[in-house]
Amino acid sequence: MKPVRKVEGRAIPFGQKNVDTDVIIAAEWLKTISREGLGKGAFESIRAQEGNVFDDPEYAGASVLIAGDNFGCGSSREHAAWALDDMGIKAIIAPSFSDIFSSNAFKNGLLAIPLPQEAIDRLMEVAKTDPITIDMESMSVTTPFQDRFTFEMDPFRQQCLMDGLDEIDLTMAKSDAIEAHENRVDSAQSWHKPIAA
Amino acid sequence: MTEAKTLYEKIWDAHVVDQRDDGTALIYIDRHLVHEVTSPQAFEGLRKAGRKVRRPDLTLAVPDHNLPTTARIDADGNKIPIADPQSAAQLEALEANAPAFGIKYIGASDKEQGIVHVIGPEQAFTLPGTTLVCGDSHTAAHGALGALAFGIGTSEVEHVLATQTLQLSRSKSMEIRVEGLLGPGISPKDLILHIIGVIGTAGGTGHVIEYRGEVFEQMSIEGRLTVSNMSIEGGARAGLIAPDEKTFAYLKGRPMAPKGADWDAAVAYWKTLPTDDDARFDKSVTIQASDVAPTVTWGTSPEDVVAVTGHVPAPESFADASKQDAARKSLDYMGLTSGQALGDVAVENIFIGSCTNSRIEDLRAAAQVLDGRKKAAGVKWAIVVPGSGLVKAQAEAEGLDKIFTDSGFEWREPGCSACLGMNPDKVPPGERCASTSNRNFVGRQGPGARTHLMSPAMAAAAAVTGKLTDVRELIG
Repeated sequence: MKPVRKVEGRAIPFGQKNVDTDVIIAAEWLKTISREGLGKGAFESIRAQEGNVFDDPEYAGASVLIAGDNFGCGSSREHAAWALDDMGIKAIIAPSFSDIFSSNAFKNGLLAIPLPQEAIDRLMEVAKTDPITIDMESMSVTTPFQDRFTFEMDPFRQQCLMDGLDEIDLTMAKSDAIEAHENRVDSAQSWHKPIAA
Repeated sequence: MTEAKTLYEKIWDAHVVDQRDDGTALIYIDRHLVHEVTSPQAFEGLRKAGRKVRRPDLTLAVPDHNLPTTARIDADGNKIPIADPQSAAQLEALEANAPAFGIKYIGASDKEQGIVHVIGPEQAFTLPGTTLVCGDSHTAAHGALGALAFGIGTSEVEHVLATQTLQLSRSKSMEIRVEGLLGPGISPKDLILHIIGVIGTAGGTGHVIEYRGEVFEQMSIEGRLTVSNMSIEGGARAGLIAPDEKTFAYLKGRPMAPKGADWDAAVAYWKTLPTDDDARFDKSVTIQASDVAPTVTWGTSPEDVVAVTGHVPAPESFADASKQDAARKSLDYMGLTSGQALGDVAVENIFIGSCTNSRIEDLRAAAQVLDGRKKAAGVKWAIVVPGSGLVKAQAEAEGLDKIFTDSGFEWREPGCSACLGMNPDKVPPGERCASTSNRNFVGRQGPGARTHLMSPAMAAAAAVTGKLTDVRELIG
């Protein structure tokens, strides 16, 4: 994973609440066996509408997406995070995210930044004309107009994102503890036996 | 005295491999179900890093999402090829990845094949008190057996394959207590739709739900699976129901269930799992069972529910301006007008199936309504898709397939089918579907498709009348 310390750029003022994963990337796009190339399928049903914010030249090359409450609800498809990444989005700012989406975003170095609705309302305004900046060190979102909003994230996730750490490597370093757990269960709960492969 | 704990806390505590100071923990995963759609990139990741699957013996792979539900074997016993090359490639990837990594694989034409969330309980791969994951959000279903089961993304699939663990933060606990019992003709699906209508699609975010109350104690395991399955539609990654005698009776003797002395030891352990009397939940919601009517969705979110005897709500009736806006968009997409009686809404398609409602009880409930009746002339497409090959065989042994085909339904092979618009079973643009699945999102059943979620009996009733119908009028 590439380290992410700062994201700076124009933001798409999308703002919708309850954006579900089927809207982010429809099932038809899930037949792929690759992580690449899903950007062209992102928000397909919205992009079919004239004057949609995603195809507005004003926001071409935007690296941030601003959305409403409960972003990424629905399916567990990580394709939603891959599609956003492929369309050049590096951070999503919303009042809240679904649990699975925020985990999927994190695993792909995509920032899911929670901010209260008042901050979202202000950023939606700024986004129409100016860039915004997200700084992972100070955990803040700022604008050229001296706005400054701080956000919270669990410190483990913050560190992994800033250092670009591979979570599987981190866990494999604990293989002794994993093995100890397995031994404990094997001896105390023999019913727990695995299936025959 | 030991601290009083909830069912969730007991399972969590028994699976902590490593506790971090910041409150997150490395949690051991006892069971991992793998399907074709969310796994290819995970296996590719393992290959690139030169990693193995740590516990292939705790992993079970089966295709379901992408697999067509038409015949899989021709008259000469040969496999019928899959027409869509991309789908075929994805299915072949799983068929190759499973043996390459030593994982047990149930193939498309094996009699045990079916939807991951149907075959897990059916094979007793799912057991109470275990942690179970799958790259699918409806993994919440397995919570019905008292397993801590939740959906994960593909990176987490890879993490579990490589380490048999996940790095997780402990969720908050949420009690959904239902008081009283359901009225006649009202099913577990009506109850869970009603619950989601009350708590909203983000009501359970950050929480693990436990469903409590006499209604769940009396409910069959199939019914409990329907309820737990849709926990994610209320935002909760997992939804548990305490294991009890019904759970044990359901599991006993199934292929992967413990046997002999192991069985007795397992039951003794499972009996210690239910939430302690004085344990506390972070959040508690009480629902009156008497408030639950046969329920359908009118909009494009599973929280958009209404009694079938009711009317399409007016967008202005919602307090929040953004919900008003969402409701206007939903009505436009659904081709409905506010104030319209639900009972006047005509449907062209009927789908009975999905991990929510494709078990034997679901098929019996639908067949009971359809017995001796024909689908209405306006219904163009009606399919029944059993959740597994074993459900299909059971239904055929009971003669249910005959009831379905006599009434004008197609009787299909097991799979996810028209739940998600990924395989050939899709609802045409602008058409309506009375569906027993779990999501009515925009485009979910195919681009432009209009989904009304409901119970199997209600979908059968809609097939008979050609309109959304209160099933109680047909079975009274």
